[in-house]
Amino acid sequence: MTQLLLFNVTNGLIIGVFYVLMALGLSLILNLSNVINFAHGGFLVIGGYIAYSVTPYVGFWGALLIAPPLTALIGFIVERILIRPLYGRDPLYGLLLTFGLAFIIEDGTRFIWGAQGKPVTVPAVLARPLSSELFFITGYRLFMVVTTIIVVALLFAILRYSRLGIRIRAGTLDLETVAAMGVNIRALRSLNFAAGVFLAGLSGVLAAGQLGLEPTMGTGLLMPSFVAIIVGGVGSLTGTLIGGLLIGVASGVTAVFLPAASEAVIYVLMALILLLRPRGLLGEEGMMT
Amino acid sequence: MSGRARNLVVLLTIWAVLVFAPYWMPFVGGYTALGARVLVLALAAMSVNFLLGFTGVLSFGHAAYFGLGAYGAGFALKFLAPSTPLSLICGMLLGGLAGALLGSLIVRRRGVYFAMVTIAFGQVLYYVAFQWSSLTGGDDGLRGFSRQPLDFGFGSIDILSNETAFYFFVLVCFAIVVAVMGYVLQSPFGRTMIAIRENERRARFLGIAIERHIWIAFTLSCFFMGFAGALYALVNNFADPRGLHYSQSGDFVMMAVMGGMRSFWGPLLGAAVFVVLQDYLSSLTVNWMSFVGLLFILVVLFFPRGLLGFIRRQEPA
Repeated sequence: MTQLLLFNVTNGLIIGVFYVLMALGLSLILNLSNVINFAHGGFLVIGGYIAYSVTPYVGFWGALLIAPPLTALIGFIVERILIRPLYGRDPLYGLLLTFGLAFIIEDGTRFIWGAQGKPVTVPAVLARPLSSELFFITGYRLFMVVTTIIVVALLFAILRYSRLGIRIRAGTLDLETVAAMGVNIRALRSLNFAAGVFLAGLSGVLAAGQLGLEPTMGTGLLMPSFVAIIVGGVGSLTGTLIGGLLIGVASGVTAVFLPAASEAVIYVLMALILLLRPRGLLGEEGMMT
Repeated sequence: MSGRARNLVVLLTIWAVLVFAPYWMPFVGGYTALGARVLVLALAAMSVNFLLGFTGVLSFGHAAYFGLGAYGAGFALKFLAPSTPLSLICGMLLGGLAGALLGSLIVRRRGVYFAMVTIAFGQVLYYVAFQWSSLTGGDDGLRGFSRQPLDFGFGSIDILSNETAFYFFVLVCFAIVVAVMGYVLQSPFGRTMIAIRENERRARFLGIAIERHIWIAFTLSCFFMGFAGALYALVNNFADPRGLHYSQSGDFVMMAVMGGMRSFWGPLLGAAVFVVLQDYLSSLTVNWMSFVGLLFILVVLFFPRGLLGFIRRQEPA
């Protein structure tokens, strides 16, 4: 029983790692651009498939380095052409546009790479379990968690200490004042959007090694990421981080006792939190970190 | 032409087009069943717009109440009694009550937060419908029921096999709900909704209970939505979880925006264009999803006021 529980908590944490990466990217974009990026799952898929395509040439490690920046570049271009005209308009339009974009990305991946799922092989070093007793903790899972910790730590450090990060945080609070102080907020939003998409691309590569690739996989991870943001509180990146881990573990634990409800439990959790703390765990409107 | 006379002409034209649809549609390549589908989806889009266009809050999870309405109608026909009106009432109640309950959790949020919470709650209902397969049939959907002839005591109308009769039945239902919707919007309550849309802060200063008004508007729109969903179950003799999915919500919002969300009849136009286009595209290419996605992007970038808004701007004021 203990091992079963441990097994599922670990599973929950692993899936929570995806939620965290996805939700942090979504959160970044939402906070600064006020756009709910429905295409975020699509960017995850793009990241995964790019990794799949370049792995034969550069190996898994090369793909891990190449795919996320390439995805971010695509995100950068998308922001320039499609998202930028929407700033200052009703959030409805950003929602609808990215919704349509998600359709196109899903259909496009199916067109280019086929509807069949694609397996992605990870290096043998990572594929082994750490020990026979804890068979479920493979090296790859550990590697995913460590990578995520490093990336998240880097992100928070950048936001906290670098000039760019300080501008992003300031922009979240009051974009107009930031613009008045001579910061190019168009460039700031572009970079910020690309950073968010970078995280989606990274989770795509990591997910490809763990779950394999399918054109529809992004949608499945998108909704829980929304929930992670709501649970953590809109506007707070720390909240998003906690929210992602929390719902991951919650669904892992529920899988032990009531497997059918493991998907639904995160929404129940969300409803509870909205009842008790309408702004989410760490949410303060207009505040960040 | 004065404004009033013009409105009358527009209204007469719309109803004439709808009433005579079974007779003119075959000539342009349509079929009666498509007409019924357009009406039902238009009703759903108008219900979304009741909230979006007239209260100014965006629910992106409204399909959930639509899908619940469909299940409500299905359950009533399958387990309660073989009665078409009863199934419509059950569907409307299921969708509306779920909306009333969840709405109380949702209405305190605004803007993007409101949209996100509505999506998430919509997905809960989707998962319930999807997972509870002993009751709902899961992914395969709920089957084994069909709409029943209307029995008036002195005679009955067969709406099951007679497509044209069924179309008129749907049209009558559509007319009733639209009349209620129009009545609410004309009422002081409807005016208050518009005041909230235009300037929430000022409305609050005037002493209007914003949250309560939004909750009532949300709940009403969920009742309309449940009714539309119930009708949809009758159109297909089938209910499935995809009716609750957020992509369905996206389609409804798109219909409203594409037609013109500031106008009462816009969503009808949007639904007609959307349904016909989707029907046509999916028969033409397997990549229809890309084209629908492209349509979303083009409408957002170039026709944000929708077709009606676009036409109105072309005319001299």
